[in-house]
Amino acid sequence: MAFIPHTPDDVARMLETIGVQSIESLFDEIPATLKIKSLDGVPPALCEMEVGRLLMERATLDGRPLNFIGAGAYEHHIPAPVWAIATRGEFYSAYTPYQAEASQGTLQLIYEYQSMMCGLTGMQVSNASLYDGASALAEACLMAVRANRASSSRRVLMPRSVNPTYAKVAAAIAGNQDIGFEPVDFDREQGRTLLDALQAYSGQDVSALVLQQPNFFGNLEEVGALTDWAHANGAVVIAVVNPTSLALLEPPGRWGQVVAGKQGADIVCGEGQPLGIPLSSGGPYFGFMATRMQYVRQMPGRIVGRTLDVEGRPGFSLTLQAREQHIRRSKATSNICTNQGLMVTAATIYLSLLGAEGLERVAAASVQRTDDLVAALTRIKGVTAAFSAPRFHEAVLLLDRPVAPVLAALERRGIVGGLDLGGSFPELGPALLVCATETKLDADIGAYAAALSDVMNQSRPGAAA
Amino acid sequence: MSNIPKDLQYTQSHEWIRRLGDGQVEVGITDHAQGALGDLVFVEVPEVGRLVKAGEGCAVVESVKAASDVYSPVNGKVTASNTELASRPELLNQDPYGAGWLMRVELDSSAKGAELLSAGDYANSLADAAG
Repeated sequence: MAFIPHTPDDVARMLETIGVQSIESLFDEIPATLKIKSLDGVPPALCEMEVGRLLMERATLDGRPLNFIGAGAYEHHIPAPVWAIATRGEFYSAYTPYQAEASQGTLQLIYEYQSMMCGLTGMQVSNASLYDGASALAEACLMAVRANRASSSRRVLMPRSVNPTYAKVAAAIAGNQDIGFEPVDFDREQGRTLLDALQAYSGQDVSALVLQQPNFFGNLEEVGALTDWAHANGAVVIAVVNPTSLALLEPPGRWGQVVAGKQGADIVCGEGQPLGIPLSSGGPYFGFMATRMQYVRQMPGRIVGRTLDVEGRPGFSLTLQAREQHIRRSKATSNICTNQGLMVTAATIYLSLLGAEGLERVAAASVQRTDDLVAALTRIKGVTAAFSAPRFHEAVLLLDRPVAPVLAALERRGIVGGLDLGGSFPELGPALLVCATETKLDADIGAYAAALSDVMNQSRPGAAA
Repeated sequence: MSNIPKDLQYTQSHEWIRRLGDGQVEVGITDHAQGALGDLVFVEVPEVGRLVKAGEGCAVVESVKAASDVYSPVNGKVTASNTELASRPELLNQDPYGAGWLMRVELDSSAKGAELLSAGDYANSLADAAG
């Protein structure tokens, strides 16, 4: 079956009409040396049945392990109606609703989503979503530098307690646009960024400060004091938050006191996956972003607004598009600015079904499960908690031996035991980031503790497990 | 035919400047430019105190369909900007040479500004472009 609607005759007629010899000649401005002649390494095409079989075999290799990794993507229970409703044809086929007259349902859904995100974050305006959490942070850094007119340094303070993958993505995207990132070290004992570490920058021209709450280690930063420091020093505050945690924690819009005429984070972004999106090899997930009204025109992406039609009836439409890439080209507020319509649909349904109380219960149960997990695992000889700061639903454990062989041994017992932090934080020594959400039962935590105890007893420190 | 006052100077990119006599100039966009943009929904003006260079984007005018940069015709320091436009962008459509002014700049005499056009030359360049 051909999926290209133009017949060779159509193509010939179109080329003739515009006076061009061949389709290839439309690409003449690209130097020949840059063009790929053939795609090496791409295997021959498979039929649908072969593809289905191949992917099923690959999926089976993963098994159904008991998962204790978080580190940015979290396993939560997703009520069955979420995807049953999200995959209805009316939602499933919808892409960006440019045509307001044909897309009132989708537009209203995005409007409701934006309202929920504003409620969760305590901010005045949310966009219709972004690509994912890490790129949302990169966008937030670019936005902060645009919005902070009083600063000309383009320096962004990036605490090391921010998810290192996010920091890397932000540097890859924004670093090439003349933005300098400066790491700020965390306190080894508490596992969070101290005000003292920022004092070195007091009085300097800093464009923005990134604060992740809870931070990558799962610990709660003292966001109020850090936010106030940033405002006192003329820096814009970018909050990176886990939306589930906002059911329990202070919304970023209310962090700190009124300092220099402002209270709370200036830009809030993060990963929306915990809100009803299943874990699946890194995506599709969605990023979210919200800000104060003062900065709305610097915010990337699109916004759905509520308005009145010519007859005075309420309706919804895209608004503030004039700064997007299809109009502003290289001067656009973003050159990614995709929105993840289907993921946002699922998240909106998830939040609607749970309600404020349900989300609070999910958050509280996750905190409790992680406390239980840490208590169970630190009873094992050779396992200790790394940090003293209060936490949300993740924790760093220190082992008395290398982490990788321990994780491999756990995996053989059907347990994905956490993330080895050795690559990103070698100074911590053998360190393991673990997470337990409401999906983990007492029996699951017991199974992990028994398996870890077993693995630790079978091998001596320093020896292979 | 758009209105092109004789007592102002112009740029090819449709800004006007008015000499205020005390080393300061007032800057805006021309009647032709506001007509081409259509109804403005937002105008972003520079912060007072900002140093601007000739040819540098210093303000943004946004209509429903497009957001366009306004380029400073001169070198200098912004001494005032028209904050009234934040709540009433339509002033720029209604009165581009008066209430719709964008900023006032104290000229930096040490630097050479952009080449400015007389009203007649600007009218001719519009006529040429319309061809």
